[in-house]
Amino acid sequence: MSALEIRNLEVSYERRGHEPVRAVVDASVSVGRGEIVGLVGESGCGKSTLARAAVGLVRPTGGTIVLEGRELSPLDRGARSREATRLQMVFQNPYASLNPRRRIGRQIADALAILGLGSRAERPRKARELLERVGLPASAASRYPHEFSGGQRQRIAIARSLAADPSVLVLDEPLSSLDASAQAQIANLLVDLSHNFELGLLLISHDLGIVHQVADRVCVMYLGEIVEEGATDDLWARPLHPYTEALINAIPHPDGRRFMPEALPGEVPDPARPPAGCRFHPRCPLAFERCAHDHPALEEVVDRRRAACWLAADRALTRSAGTVPRAVEG
Amino acid sequence: MTLLDVEQLRVSIATDDARLQIVDRVSYQVGEGRIFGIAGESGSGKTVSVLALMGLLPKSASVKGTARFEGNDLVSMPPARLRQVCGREIGLVFQDPLTSFHPMLSVGRQLTEHLRHHFGTSRAEARVRALALLDEVRIPDPESAFERYPHEFSGGMRQRIAIAGALMCEPRLLIADEPTTALDVTVQAGILRLIDRLRRDRALSVILITHDLGVMSALADDLAIFYGGRIVEDGRAEALLATPRHPYTRALLDALPHPETARGAPLLGIPGPPAQPGSLPSGCVFHPRCAYAVDTCRTEVPELRRIGERGLACPVDPFAG
Repeated sequence: MSALEIRNLEVSYERRGHEPVRAVVDASVSVGRGEIVGLVGESGCGKSTLARAAVGLVRPTGGTIVLEGRELSPLDRGARSREATRLQMVFQNPYASLNPRRRIGRQIADALAILGLGSRAERPRKARELLERVGLPASAASRYPHEFSGGQRQRIAIARSLAADPSVLVLDEPLSSLDASAQAQIANLLVDLSHNFELGLLLISHDLGIVHQVADRVCVMYLGEIVEEGATDDLWARPLHPYTEALINAIPHPDGRRFMPEALPGEVPDPARPPAGCRFHPRCPLAFERCAHDHPALEEVVDRRRAACWLAADRALTRSAGTVPRAVEG
Repeated sequence: MTLLDVEQLRVSIATDDARLQIVDRVSYQVGEGRIFGIAGESGSGKTVSVLALMGLLPKSASVKGTARFEGNDLVSMPPARLRQVCGREIGLVFQDPLTSFHPMLSVGRQLTEHLRHHFGTSRAEARVRALALLDEVRIPDPESAFERYPHEFSGGMRQRIAIAGALMCEPRLLIADEPTTALDVTVQAGILRLIDRLRRDRALSVILITHDLGVMSALADDLAIFYGGRIVEDGRAEALLATPRHPYTRALLDALPHPETARGAPLLGIPGPPAQPGSLPSGCVFHPRCAYAVDTCRTEVPELRRIGERGLACPVDPFAG
């Protein structure tokens, strides 16, 4: 059973005198216990909206959210049941998500108090334990956020989200405000937490490189839709959707071999006026007539690989024939 | 041929209670038609070291050393003459074109203003030049783009327009400070290709400042790694990235995910916080975070030694050979 299941999620924004903007369209994502699922796509593709809708910060216009077998939707910001708090969120910017004028230990104890966890006397000890769990000294509890680096602050934000004893964390670009070195450390921490505490992670990121490194499974989003999904190594070795392939080919390689990344022509279209047919077709190097008017659904193409592309089945066949080396499951 | 020759550049900034050394004895050359990369983490002094050359630092900053541009020293040049040289010969592109453009002025006005000021070019001539450049940086329909405003363009298109603007005076040197950091990778790739093409077509010299070593690998010919205001390693970009010799360069590369490395292998973070101006350690600035540091690293500032085409500020040299 999945820890988190997002089924057919829809988020639309109504606009007076205009068509509504469908920011997230019929998106389904599941996250298992101890599994790291990456959600990638260009800015404006709806990945943050999906994350916010999943935890109830944005009201979905359709679909259901199921946490540990219990349906949470409709989520209400006001009264979240204790079950619902087992789904927690970590934001991009720990400078903004921590209170600058309250000691770290207090902020974590606040989270415990709101949830009614532990007695007043126990909370400070529990807060120090949580700090140690994310690799900080217990003494950090008596200090203020400004005394820490960006990476350490992100650790604190993660510690606070762990106060609720979550089964799933949704992380919205948790690494993108950090230097490479801090990024590496936080990425490693996420892997450790997920493995050691059976924590499911939905990791939203525009950085396919880091997602490739840590995620077990990847969902690729384009203009509000999930267009491909699969195990990370397999998806990386033989992307079935041309958009996924474009994303991978655009990543620079820091190895001194002068690899020039490939650009994807055109721009992400206005989500208020998505193209007919396949939403990616105007930018797709492989588009043919059908793509302009028939919308391809996200379907299982081969074992545990889903893609929304009319050519996916063909590509799966040709690519498994050994044109692209297939990475060994690690 | 060397276009820009920077020697022993030092920049310090006076604060209320101390004088902070931001850039410390930095020397490098930018060759004609070459892309010189300056890499380092935030706070390593890479941007300040370039703004200092153009006289763009606040008055509280003191700049020492020399920077010979086509033979003339920019550091000792009178401000009026410096503005003239920079305006005509050096183009600047920043990270976020939305903040470097004026939001209320049309693209055309902002592209041509500069040329009309520095060269007294007529409005009509300036317009012709701007349209040609917009076309050269692949802005669709330059005529209509000329009349539009910055907010009407996407981030990638705005950066292309900013590059066109930087080229209006036909500069010899383009300084690009994190030009693709705010962009998606798919859009970034287009800008990298554009910079590479312009360099080839125009024999333009480029100083590329970025923390992203993948971007460096795609574009840079020569590369300097900054840490704590000093160059810790420099050399040909390909060799430097393929076989880094300074422990800091090595650590920076080890911290990055690489598309071809095995998944699941933990990334290696560098322990400890980056060096900050004002609390720089004695000796080698990297020693508190360095796994290879010996006693002398704590006391003696390592010189940038030349080893063939490589410059290395590490007496331990653990990755020699």
